[in-house]
Amino acid sequence: MHRNEPEITPALVAEHGLKPDEYERILALIGRTPSITELGIFSAMWNEHCSYKSSRLHLRSLPTKAPWVIQGPGENAGVIDIGDGDACIFKMESHNHPSFIEPYQGAATGVGGILRDVFTMGARPVACLNLLRFGSPDHPKTRHLLEGVVAGIGGYGNSFGVPTVGGSVNFDTRYDGNILVNAMAVGIAKANEIFYAKATGVGRPIVYLGSKTGRDGIHGATMASAEFDDKSDEKRPTVQVGDPFSEKLLLEATLEIMAKGCVIAIQDMGAAGLTSSAVEMGAKGDLGIELDLDKVPCREEGMTAYEMMLSESQERMLMVLDPAKEEEAEAIFRKWGLDFAVIGKTTDTLRFVIKHQGEVKADLPIKELGDQAPLYDRPHVETPKQPVIDADKVNAPLPHDQALLKLVASPDQCSKRWVWEQYDHLILGNTVQQPGGDAAVIRLGDGPKGLALCTDVTQRYCEADPFEGGKQAVAEAWRNLTATGALPRALTDNLNFGNPERPEIMGQFVHCVRGIGEAARALDFPIVSGNVSLYNETQGRGILPTPSIGGVGVVADVTKTVGIGFRSIGETILLIGETKGWLGQSIYLRDVCGRAEGAPPPVDLAAERRNGDAVRALIGKGLVAACHDLSDGGLALGLAEMTMPYGIGATIADPAQGVSLTGWLFGEDQGRYLLACQTPDLEDVEADLRAAGVPFAVIGRTEGNMLALPGAAPISVRAMGRAHEAWLPDYVAKAEA
Amino acid sequence: MKAAVLLFPGINRENDVARALAQSGVKPTIVWHAEHDLPQGTDLVVVPGGFSYGDYLRCGAIAGRANIMDAVRAHAARGGLVLGICNGFQILCESGLLPGVLMRNRDLKFICKEQYLRVERHDTAYTNAYSHHQIIKVCIAHGEGNYVADSATIQTLEGEGRVAFRYCDAAGHFGGKGNPNGSMNDIAGIYSEKLNVLGMMPHPENLIDSLIGGIDGRGMFESLGAFGARAA
Repeated sequence: MHRNEPEITPALVAEHGLKPDEYERILALIGRTPSITELGIFSAMWNEHCSYKSSRLHLRSLPTKAPWVIQGPGENAGVIDIGDGDACIFKMESHNHPSFIEPYQGAATGVGGILRDVFTMGARPVACLNLLRFGSPDHPKTRHLLEGVVAGIGGYGNSFGVPTVGGSVNFDTRYDGNILVNAMAVGIAKANEIFYAKATGVGRPIVYLGSKTGRDGIHGATMASAEFDDKSDEKRPTVQVGDPFSEKLLLEATLEIMAKGCVIAIQDMGAAGLTSSAVEMGAKGDLGIELDLDKVPCREEGMTAYEMMLSESQERMLMVLDPAKEEEAEAIFRKWGLDFAVIGKTTDTLRFVIKHQGEVKADLPIKELGDQAPLYDRPHVETPKQPVIDADKVNAPLPHDQALLKLVASPDQCSKRWVWEQYDHLILGNTVQQPGGDAAVIRLGDGPKGLALCTDVTQRYCEADPFEGGKQAVAEAWRNLTATGALPRALTDNLNFGNPERPEIMGQFVHCVRGIGEAARALDFPIVSGNVSLYNETQGRGILPTPSIGGVGVVADVTKTVGIGFRSIGETILLIGETKGWLGQSIYLRDVCGRAEGAPPPVDLAAERRNGDAVRALIGKGLVAACHDLSDGGLALGLAEMTMPYGIGATIADPAQGVSLTGWLFGEDQGRYLLACQTPDLEDVEADLRAAGVPFAVIGRTEGNMLALPGAAPISVRAMGRAHEAWLPDYVAKAEA
Repeated sequence: MKAAVLLFPGINRENDVARALAQSGVKPTIVWHAEHDLPQGTDLVVVPGGFSYGDYLRCGAIAGRANIMDAVRAHAARGGLVLGICNGFQILCESGLLPGVLMRNRDLKFICKEQYLRVERHDTAYTNAYSHHQIIKVCIAHGEGNYVADSATIQTLEGEGRVAFRYCDAAGHFGGKGNPNGSMNDIAGIYSEKLNVLGMMPHPENLIDSLIGGIDGRGMFESLGAFGARAA
């Protein structure tokens, strides 16, 4: 088609990640052999990352609507109404593959990308969170990846100026060759001032904003849609380099021109860069787009159309501007020292036309690029059910106090202070509940309104029973928000799985999504945004199925929220919810008994909702001094985590008959909370719980500086706290020594 | 009292400090770095925290040479008040208003946490609301806060009572874990010769609310408000 361009061969098609039948589809669609630029555009639009070709079919079943949902999935981020004319805009997205190859830049650009998604919609970011999964602590790469990812997240968010207020860090050998870096951003805007990607009007200028385009990140989205092999290190050039300084300028400039009414449509350049952003703007608005690449600000000389269309250089935006306000918008961008170039226009042809150096490099039907992407109903098989473990038959290899001490200082349960102290979590001066609790709470402006935010998933449950695991991930996020006193409103999901072409992996995906949908419906907790990351495999071994849930709750008055720490001596401790002593897939069974087995605890969604609603009401009435949801490690670990923040001990009575003590202490039955209340309030608390039909038990009181559990030697809270804090810094120091 | 809060590209705590000033009756105005003059009647210049110019060359190096800094130097020479916090402290060192330099933290990591300080003197425009050697809790959030100067400079600072704050633990003990970044003599902040310029790494502006960590930072802004009221 063009001079000096490679011939399109089957090998070249395969290099672009397109299967032979997908290439046939392209030929049928355009009726000729594509140019190299066109082939690149198809590969960018039709890879798994951008087209959701394996997942779309199943995602449609998820609940995405509620009266308070302003925008569900399909835009840059989800939007919910939080009252008083305010909206909360949020999304979570993965940067797994780049972070494994180049941890600092991979994680940093993950944060940059998700922040851009949020402020593209007109929101000022107010918080970031993340969910990280690393390989076994013993794996030779783990320390390096942990240090790089944490430094990268901090390096970007700290400079950008948004507090990183929460997250989750776990280790498992199944992530040895494929770590997970899921970043979430949350922003605030006026509900009637949200900006969308849909272009309107023919002949309107398309403006390129932000940093210059370089050769970095070409085929990043295609890389993210393939398995890793032993040559993955060679893909380092596909990782982009982050520039948080430019992003901060882009934020300020973008919000400024939005406030001046210059913007008609806006889309950030993320995965598949200029290609994906331009196609989305046109296709959503039923318009064609014509771009003149001679006008694109480039960092390097001699870039081809192919390279420009596929570059994933960071900190860039595409906008359709009001022509009358073009000069005003340009002046604002120049003030902030950013590039501003009119690189094309909207047309009425429904074609996506790319011109470069006097030649037409691509001319494709714009709607079909998105709509006609392959859609697969991949074969899937259900994960075999695991046997239910009888708690009475679990032998305790250690005394219970020793077991608890082991757990508090284990890689997954230890304090993650070493991580979150590298994140600026205090900037903006609104962090009411800091990292380390069930959920973060931030105040909005001068309050009293606020948000509760968390990220959760229990991947070992998802592997043992994808449906129950999917339910549990949603229920736990809902419970964590509730435990602060917040009303959970909506969630964003980041579905990390292995190779969907394998039926057992596809089965994990399908059933996790069903579980997520069921729980989200039952808890009025719709999915408003999300991201799917498949092919998380190295040399044929998949990760644990990890559907991360980012939860957002609304708090009417942040002064009434509670944390997890016991505050004073003489408080009464209540256990809310039903305790059967479920040890299957528990942390106790895995980390103390060395048995990663059994069916995970089932989630009774009706009980979950009833218990949570009652707990939230008690917190709202000011009757609760501290509250903690029960999850990993059960009651014993929950109590330990409540004693450590302020060094307040507790004495716990023997449980009722009929439950094994081990199961009672360490079982992971769902839908449960620990509450502490001032003893004079106990009568009121009990009356409310009874009226709500919530099962509960008064199990003890706060006193002294020891945690005394039934059937266990008393544990010094101080010594336990030291062990809890020491594991992670000691682990990292060992690497440096 | 009127404060000019300077805004360089990449600064990100300008609103935090403006909020703290306003809470204590000091009127803040945000001033863009390309300006040549401070607003009429400026009593206090605040250089806030953040990552001016991305900290890409050397923290504070580019901002220290911005247009507006000539006006800030003239203001300081007239005895006007200048407060630099975090990146602002680095900018004041780079601009020649304060001696010394802020190096990478001892453990080479960014660190954000609540931190105790001892107020070394309580007779300045910035500290008159504190008591003698009061231990206050503020927050730190920096990667380059390790204060270093040659021994003659340290001797001068100590000899002239120009150390404003020292890092310490909750009980007021110096050294060891009380010092988060390796700063010489546990120095968290220093004054100029005439005590009108203060540079400090910690963020008093983020501890002004009992709901958000505590109110120990408020004393600095109340001091400034009281100083302004006396001067007026």
